Amino acid sequence: MTRILRLYPQLLRTGFAEAVAYRTEFLIWMFSTNMPLVMLAIWAAAARSGPVGGYSQQAFAAYYLAALLVRLMTGAWVVWEMTMEIRQGTLGLRLLRPIHPLLQWSADNLAAVPMRGIVAIPVVAILLWVARAELAHDWLLWLLLCPALLGAWLLYFLVQAIIGTVALRFESAASLFDAWLGFSNILSGYLVPLDLFPHAVRTLALVLPFRFQLSYPVELMLGRWSRGEALELLLAQWAYVALFWFATRVAWRSGLRHYAAYGG
Amino acid sequence: MMRPLRVVRAQLRASVAIALQYRLEFAVEGALALLWIGVTLVPLLVVFGARESVAGWTFPEMLVVLGWFVALKGVLEGTLSPSLLQVIEHVRKGTLDFVLLKPADAQLLVSLSKIEPWRVTDLAGAAVIFAIAFHRLGHPPAAHDVLLAAAMLCCAVLVLYSIAIVVVSIAFVAVRVDNLLYLFQSVFDVARWPSSIFRGVLAFLFTFVLPLALMTTYPALALLGKLTVPTAVAAVAGTLLFAWVARGIWKASIRRYTSASS
Repeated sequence: MTRILRLYPQLLRTGFAEAVAYRTEFLIWMFSTNMPLVMLAIWAAAARSGPVGGYSQQAFAAYYLAALLVRLMTGAWVVWEMTMEIRQGTLGLRLLRPIHPLLQWSADNLAAVPMRGIVAIPVVAILLWVARAELAHDWLLWLLLCPALLGAWLLYFLVQAIIGTVALRFESAASLFDAWLGFSNILSGYLVPLDLFPHAVRTLALVLPFRFQLSYPVELMLGRWSRGEALELLLAQWAYVALFWFATRVAWRSGLRHYAAYGG
Repeated sequence: MMRPLRVVRAQLRASVAIALQYRLEFAVEGALALLWIGVTLVPLLVVFGARESVAGWTFPEMLVVLGWFVALKGVLEGTLSPSLLQVIEHVRKGTLDFVLLKPADAQLLVSLSKIEPWRVTDLAGAAVIFAIAFHRLGHPPAAHDVLLAAAMLCCAVLVLYSIAIVVVSIAFVAVRVDNLLYLFQSVFDVARWPSSIFRGVLAFLFTFVLPLALMTTYPALALLGKLTVPTAVAAVAGTLLFAWVARGIWKASIRRYTSASS
């Protein structure tokens, strides 16, 4: 454990250097995250004649800008990295190193956060400029946002890791993740705020883990919850993180037994 | 004159044959395409659950726009993007030399070199969306409107193709930006809405600079019988100009291309 604590900062430094080296490509990836703005366009047009389901134009702007912010800050791409390395056989090299491959990947993904922050600054500026009145006034909610964002990122990363281990048995897991992404886009509140859905869909979305990846941090920023509710939801989010953590360990161990390193 | 067509046909046949070897992938990816059509529909259903019309567009009219969007997204991600991504790969590896040496126009050779045939699901999905839309409107589109829409569709595909060619031409100059095509794909997502929901600078940008209006809004208007003749003529002229410029840029960057590997 202490060894990992000693190694991890170095891994983060390496990951950061990599992100800086590929900065142009990195920025282009960031800019292709524009779905919240596409959705904002239609809702802003719909709310021109008056609020829709309690959302004014300004409220929609606040929601989707916050959603964009959460998405930018909690990105992970480990599933593609895993499928590629498994297919090319380079995973074998990683397995030989004295540190768990998932830890290395997590460092790579986390090390990009400062670069993501640079892209996020203009979004924050626009959010403050356009919809300041819609944001939470309670400092505690903003404090809770930090563990909430970390939890959201962990959920995203761990789901990708679990699906990535499928590639240890079959050639590719990318399609599986694509399907998961489709459901996630709807049930996490990425495309449509959850409270605008019909009752049945909303009830389903509130139980499933998807909302903790996006909707919950966004709702914190918008001050939708009282302190007590926000804390309860944070606990629920981290319960899901623990569950996914456990599932990742199991999936990784059993998957590795099936792994036959080709190529390399 | 017939030669380019023969080249295209041979190229198409080869690409489809290659892709059809992976039958399981065909089924899986086809199902995924269906799922994503559903995902595309959800926001529209929620919006029109709360509103009768948005920016002057009713639900069935908006469905027609979305139908064109789904169809064109299928064309873009099923043929243009995979083929042109291969060009970027060629540039990086230096294997583009072999393509350039072949006795046919290089642009023709690369444009359809890789195809994902399961994206026909998108075309089928678009057909179903049109059927629902016109069922709700209560009347089928008039024959001359269908013809005009077909002409507009040709323009749309040509513009889409030209933009993709320009994006790839940039890759010749700056090899590093190989994900520029993904950026364009994500910007194309805006074309799911009719251009009139935008106002001010964005409306101008999406009509003239990046002609997303030309791709989905005009074919939809044509099918609905609402496209005026001057607009249609301007759209065709604009498309031809755009394609001509794109061809020029492609030729210029081919001329500047110095093989990467050797």
